[in-house]
Amino acid sequence: MKKASILMIIGSLLLLGLFIYPLWNIQLGAPQYPEPLGMNIYINGIKGQSEFDIQNIDGLNHYIGMKTLPKPSDMWEFTVFPIVIGSMAALGVIIGLFAFFKKVNHRWFLGWFVVMTILGILGMYDFNAWMVDYGTNLDPNAIMKLQNPDGTPMSYKPPLLGHKKLLNFDAYSYPRLGGYLMGLGMLLTLVAFFVGKRSKKNAI
Amino acid sequence: MKKYKIHILSIIGAFALLTSCGNNNGQNSSNGALNASAAEKMYVAPGEQDEFYAFMSGGYSGNLTVYGLPSGRMFKEIPVFSQFPTSGYGYSEETKPMLNTSHGFVPWDDSHHPDISQTNGELDGRWIFINGNNTPRIARISLSTFETEEIIEVPNSAGNHSSSFITENTEYVVAGTRFSVPIPQRDMPISDYKGNFKGSLSFISVDPEHGHMDIKFQLMLPGFNYDLSHPGRGKSHGWFFFTTYNTEEAHTLQEVNASQNDKDFIAAVNWKKIEEYVNNGGGTKMPANYAHNVYDESTHTATTTMKKEVVTVDPLKVPGAVYFLPTPKSPHGCDVDPSGEYIIGNGKLSADLTVHSFDNMIAAIEAEKFDGEAYGIPILKFEDVLAGTVKSGGLGPLHTEFDGKGNAYTTFFISSEVVKWKLGSWEVLDRKPSYYSVGHLMIPGGNSRKPFGKYVVALNKITKDRYLPVGPEMEHSAQLYDISGEKMELIYDFPTHGEPHYAAGIPAEILAPKAKKIYRLDENKHPYAINNPSEARVTRDGNEVHIYMSTIRSHFTPDNIEGIKVGDKVYFHITNHEQDFDVPHGFAMIGQNTSELLIMPGQTKTSVWEPKQVGVWPFYCTDFCSALHQEMQGYVRVSPASSNIELSWSLGD
Repeated sequence: MKKASILMIIGSLLLLGLFIYPLWNIQLGAPQYPEPLGMNIYINGIKGQSEFDIQNIDGLNHYIGMKTLPKPSDMWEFTVFPIVIGSMAALGVIIGLFAFFKKVNHRWFLGWFVVMTILGILGMYDFNAWMVDYGTNLDPNAIMKLQNPDGTPMSYKPPLLGHKKLLNFDAYSYPRLGGYLMGLGMLLTLVAFFVGKRSKKNAI
Repeated sequence: MKKYKIHILSIIGAFALLTSCGNNNGQNSSNGALNASAAEKMYVAPGEQDEFYAFMSGGYSGNLTVYGLPSGRMFKEIPVFSQFPTSGYGYSEETKPMLNTSHGFVPWDDSHHPDISQTNGELDGRWIFINGNNTPRIARISLSTFETEEIIEVPNSAGNHSSSFITENTEYVVAGTRFSVPIPQRDMPISDYKGNFKGSLSFISVDPEHGHMDIKFQLMLPGFNYDLSHPGRGKSHGWFFFTTYNTEEAHTLQEVNASQNDKDFIAAVNWKKIEEYVNNGGGTKMPANYAHNVYDESTHTATTTMKKEVVTVDPLKVPGAVYFLPTPKSPHGCDVDPSGEYIIGNGKLSADLTVHSFDNMIAAIEAEKFDGEAYGIPILKFEDVLAGTVKSGGLGPLHTEFDGKGNAYTTFFISSEVVKWKLGSWEVLDRKPSYYSVGHLMIPGGNSRKPFGKYVVALNKITKDRYLPVGPEMEHSAQLYDISGEKMELIYDFPTHGEPHYAAGIPAEILAPKAKKIYRLDENKHPYAINNPSEARVTRDGNEVHIYMSTIRSHFTPDNIEGIKVGDKVYFHITNHEQDFDVPHGFAMIGQNTSELLIMPGQTKTSVWEPKQVGVWPFYCTDFCSALHQEMQGYVRVSPASSNIELSWSLGD
């Protein structure tokens, strides 16, 4: 159980990587952008992959009437997400410590994992909803109003995950180091659950 | 009948070529070098980049052009001494001061000899220097922005030709006079030249951090013509060598009268010794008047300071500072090999190259073996300093560079060829024709301790039939030779802009990573810059109107301006708010008596317009900045001088 508790603590602590590294990244490459423009999405805001990328993405987006990229104060998520992640990391560490001193059992690990997974799915849902709004809620006076072949207005929503062609741009959307660390951390807490389960079985 | 015969022969010749195995593809001997393997050697595929930068002087264009090697593709023309309407250099309010001199605004010069800054005798790629030959000036160009940052006028000089060569730690950029003149200038008979005119050699210190130039001292030498020069390096660091001609001191028909002596001199100058003398308070402060123009990257603005004094040094007061090395005959290029041992005098009116030995020179000086003197300056014995003579069989050697593998390459103007020879044994290893009458040549780093001996570029003076005919006036031709093998191989021909007299090359890997992409708007300290379109405004001070304008794809802020009157002097101060690589905006106003502006991201430039007619006059962006470029335009309403319409400005109402 000690081994499982340590895994639980490490796994929870890996969430804190999100305070340093970006969760997600969206890149936009085009013939005239051999070095793609990119944005790194942190839990507390969006930053350009290169210093002026946000300004340059906004500059391009004004042609098709997209809103400018949100600043931290524009979205409640950038305030709430750090609290949620910080709380979940702290909670995970506390559970781990309690388990280490045999105050709680391994089922708490699973409980934490389930809560975190639900929060993660909610987060992704919210992220996707923002991207839908960002990519479809366009200025009616946009300079260029493009339509799909069926006559509906073209959406510029970037993909949630993977690649999508948006006009002359190739958009790529993938997790970044913070996101990978979170995934690894969650995996470790799940492993902690199974390790804890087995150690209990052995103890019996 | 004779012509007819030649035709018959050439037809037979062509037939022979066509039928001979088919691998000559009908090429005759003058262009046969461009075979498949040569094409591979210079071919840089689309999207690929060149291995070297080559900076070619523009000669009478007054500028400096940037090429890639081996492709021969031109990347940029850097305006230096000449107004350049393409960017507004010399036309914009910010850059007009760059062309100020003691003679007033001089919008042109003849740029000759670029040289890249060095550290420990190796190219460091911080700056490139170039001389203005006609109205003596030295320019320093940044190799991160590839823009001219500083120009200093050289007083007491005329025909600033033995310039602008740098010492091996860029301590000095050296500028020697071609014409000797009365110093100080005064009204006197030309025929009193002999013994009265002087030749000044200027040692201009270079600030190691900012590169700022300052004339440390001017050495006053006899009234010869100082043609070219190069620094000592390695063991000869601390010395500088200048070729001279017209040691006859002729003042007319120099073509003949300056070509009488069998030997002229290479002047060996121990600048370290003179530097010490000056540092200890030596030299004479002489009244002078010369312009020092400095461009500040943060204000995007140049300022002119007129300097009023220069330190001159009489060589006779610094014993051991200057010696003359007899050298046949009216030598042009004065080149020092990478080891610093050999000093090569390219005797332009002789068939031979004279190579002096630095060690021999020092030994002769120490033994005080002199062969007389000239105006008190000791002349060393030719035989004592000579290391060897290259009997090339060519005619008119002009300039030599080195490959770093013990070989030297010399241009022969009259026999129109490049000759490869071996240092030490002086034997000729190879010779290849040039098309036609090659002046100078360039091996990247060829004037340093560490040449990159892969290519040599020959800069020819005569083009004639090398390209499609374009009338009597045409660009000069360069030839690229691969020198990686035993024999030189001509691999490419390409036209160059202006008349490149000299060139300097450097591996791309040294410069490319530090080339600037944009200017930072948050570092823009231009007094008329605006950081935000909300600061855009128009102000009036008497008949002077200042428009604080910004640009971003794809509009000007403001784009409608009213309240301007006939007789106003309108300054458009335009700040480009882009912070994206390669998104300049241009600006042009109808009927303006000046050039357009081309404004780089983050930069501010100013254009003056003096409207003379009532009306509504348009302006627009001249650089195809975006899909909405054509919409990037605006209007200025010009009212009669007596009108009382208030200034107003707007964008998008």
